[in-house]
Amino acid sequence: MPGPSVNIVRLVGVEKYFGAVGALTGVDFSVAAGECVGLVGHNGAGKSTLMHVLAGTLVPDKGQIVVDGLQRQGYSALLAQKLGIRCVFQELSLCPNLTVAENARVLHPGIAGWGWRKQAAALIRKKLEEIFPGHAIAPDAVVGDLSIGKRQMIEVARAFTTTKAPLHLVILDEPTSSLDSHTAAQLLDHVRRVVATGASCVLISHLLGEILEYSDRIVVMRDGAIAAADRASRFDRDKLVTAMGGAAASKMRSVQERAAPRGTTPVCVRARPFARSDGIELVAHRGEIVGLAGLSGHGQTELLLSVFRGATRRLPGLEVTDPVALIAGDRQSDGIFPLWSIAKNIGIRSLGALRTGPLISSELEDQFAVRWKKRVNIRTADMHNNILSLSGGNQQKALFARALGSEAKIVLMDDPMRGVDITTKLEVYELIRAEANAGRTFLWYTTEMEELKNCDHVYVFRNSRIVADLRRGELSEERVIQSSFQEAR
Amino acid sequence: MKFDWRFNVFGKPWIWSYLGAFLVWLAAILFTHGYGAGGMLTAALALAVFSVIAGVAQMFVITLGPGNVDLSLPANIGLASAVAMKMMNGSDSLIAVGFLAALASGVCIGIFNYLLIWLLRIPPIISTLSASFIIQSAGISYGRGLQIKPPPGYAEFTSAQIAGIPFLAIGTAIFTIGIGVILHRTIYGRSVLAIGQNTRAAWLAGVSVERVRLGTYVLSGALGGICGSLLAGYFRGSSLEIGDEYLLASIAVVVIGGTSVSGGKANVPGLWGGALFLVLLLTMLNTFGVSAGVRFLVTGLVIIGVIVAAGGPRSVR
Repeated sequence: MPGPSVNIVRLVGVEKYFGAVGALTGVDFSVAAGECVGLVGHNGAGKSTLMHVLAGTLVPDKGQIVVDGLQRQGYSALLAQKLGIRCVFQELSLCPNLTVAENARVLHPGIAGWGWRKQAAALIRKKLEEIFPGHAIAPDAVVGDLSIGKRQMIEVARAFTTTKAPLHLVILDEPTSSLDSHTAAQLLDHVRRVVATGASCVLISHLLGEILEYSDRIVVMRDGAIAAADRASRFDRDKLVTAMGGAAASKMRSVQERAAPRGTTPVCVRARPFARSDGIELVAHRGEIVGLAGLSGHGQTELLLSVFRGATRRLPGLEVTDPVALIAGDRQSDGIFPLWSIAKNIGIRSLGALRTGPLISSELEDQFAVRWKKRVNIRTADMHNNILSLSGGNQQKALFARALGSEAKIVLMDDPMRGVDITTKLEVYELIRAEANAGRTFLWYTTEMEELKNCDHVYVFRNSRIVADLRRGELSEERVIQSSFQEAR
Repeated sequence: MKFDWRFNVFGKPWIWSYLGAFLVWLAAILFTHGYGAGGMLTAALALAVFSVIAGVAQMFVITLGPGNVDLSLPANIGLASAVAMKMMNGSDSLIAVGFLAALASGVCIGIFNYLLIWLLRIPPIISTLSASFIIQSAGISYGRGLQIKPPPGYAEFTSAQIAGIPFLAIGTAIFTIGIGVILHRTIYGRSVLAIGQNTRAAWLAGVSVERVRLGTYVLSGALGGICGSLLAGYFRGSSLEIGDEYLLASIAVVVIGGTSVSGGKANVPGLWGGALFLVLLLTMLNTFGVSAGVRFLVTGLVIIGVIVAAGGPRSVR
């Protein structure tokens, strides 16, 4: 192990499962005193989960947590705080209804009695000036009134303030995501200064340049495990990208190539994210499977929803020629009707076709349900059972049946395979391919590389814009990651 | 989940409202030693009709999901009774005109409610309540507080009986069967049930959410209009306060009848059970000779009891 040998924290064989999904599958991770560890990896690689374990906000299913050379039982956020471990999470944690000073006080129970507001204000003002000279943030401002960038600055500054408890390790999860390049540089320079005094830092960022420039050591995570770890000087951009997920690609089942070149079938969707004039336009031809890639939350779901709206209404910058159905990824909040049977849940999108005269025919509805039970292989004894009697994967299949059983010619998929097991996935991939060959068009937002390989064409999203337009032959994990991480600087 | 076993004994929770109605009736006739047992039932059926009509209106709205309720029903009923009587003007030849005018007034109120909810984004509970104040003022300036008598033919029609069963009760029974079909076997009904369970999922499954909500508030308004014009005939005259008791009654019969207060699940047969139970409960308390205060107290306790008892199975949500 390079660098100083005194470990501040050491995690040994940490495992964490959410249902059947392994977020962490046996991770060993340590941070030495006076080093900055850069942590990179895809969305869902397990970075945030690992940091939550380190900060005590998630209890691992297995594994040991060693802090200051002692194995800690009943490790919690409170204990972590006492031991000098601070964390700035991706989701900002300031209370919007309190002032900057009051928020600073939350972390420091020692500030009490008369004039606590003044003490807290002095504390946070000093730290803000130290990290971000010329910050222009008043300690008595209410946090909810400040911009997201300012809030992130406060959050970061607060993590570095000290009163009674020591400060040994600061975890920064995407600390620069809302900062402009100038403030980001101020923060990262401060990190180097703190590290020079002997404290440590874990830095998570999607901007690989930051990681390479400011870390002493880099750890790459993939699929809940550590894929690579070495001194920062031994990595470069391409090596990082490859380590993040190029290698697994070759092991994946290859999907049969289709000869059909682009443009032989008519266009049925034409859309620009947020009707912006810059960036690339998304085009889908009939019978194509079009993938929407990129980091999560970069405008893919919004595009799908605007196409969904555009199917029933005229909207600017949008052309949708056929009826549309949507398969939700978040099935509890966007998909299922919990009081209904599986049959009713499947039939809701096709009620018009299930009528005899003006009334819905229960006979037609049952036939429809039984037909789709067979086609998507829903594992249940009776389609009249409540939808909640199904496992998550089978509920998702019911949602596929709802969309594929409808008259819709265009099917939108909003990362629909979250939490679905591999067998179900393979069954559904084949179904999608068969439906596409029969003339249906698919727009498929997915965060999984493996699924993009099922697509005929892939658009990569970054900051609500399409930044790359990849044909099937051009598609590779490196290209997708490269485009998702393209830096403005 | 403690009460599961009780409410699922027959798989039909609304059985309990009928059982309750029967027990209350039994208690009343035991007290009178059997005297007036049949008359009590006839009167109960006649009065239950109005609760059922108002209940159907409220049931559709409540089924739209949390926050949806039509608090403008009493004012709507009061205004409709005045409109109907004024248009009929005591003349048998104008009965249809007056009835349609009351219906139209109800439909307008429904549209108005929806516009407040949709255009101004006011929560339904507040918009229908404030609408009811506006409707009341309109009613006062329209009717000038005068009580207008119904045409003789209309009064006779609203209290006609066949073998001790009020004619209106038979008509309303047929009407509620139709409502059951609409709820469970039309696209509109299914859409209401879907929206009540999960509005966003319903939208994403292709349900025209806003059109269905408009339709539901208009339906509620229209039924309020019908209820008002019938009440004016039955009680031999219109009054703006005629609908007041249907604020609580419409919600109570919906809840007692097994419709889910949190939406997505509606029960039509239960409306009759709930309405008969409430009317007979009041009859029983009247027979016992208790004061008005006790009557209100008991009614309130019964509704609280039913909501608590029915709370178990709804935890699915």
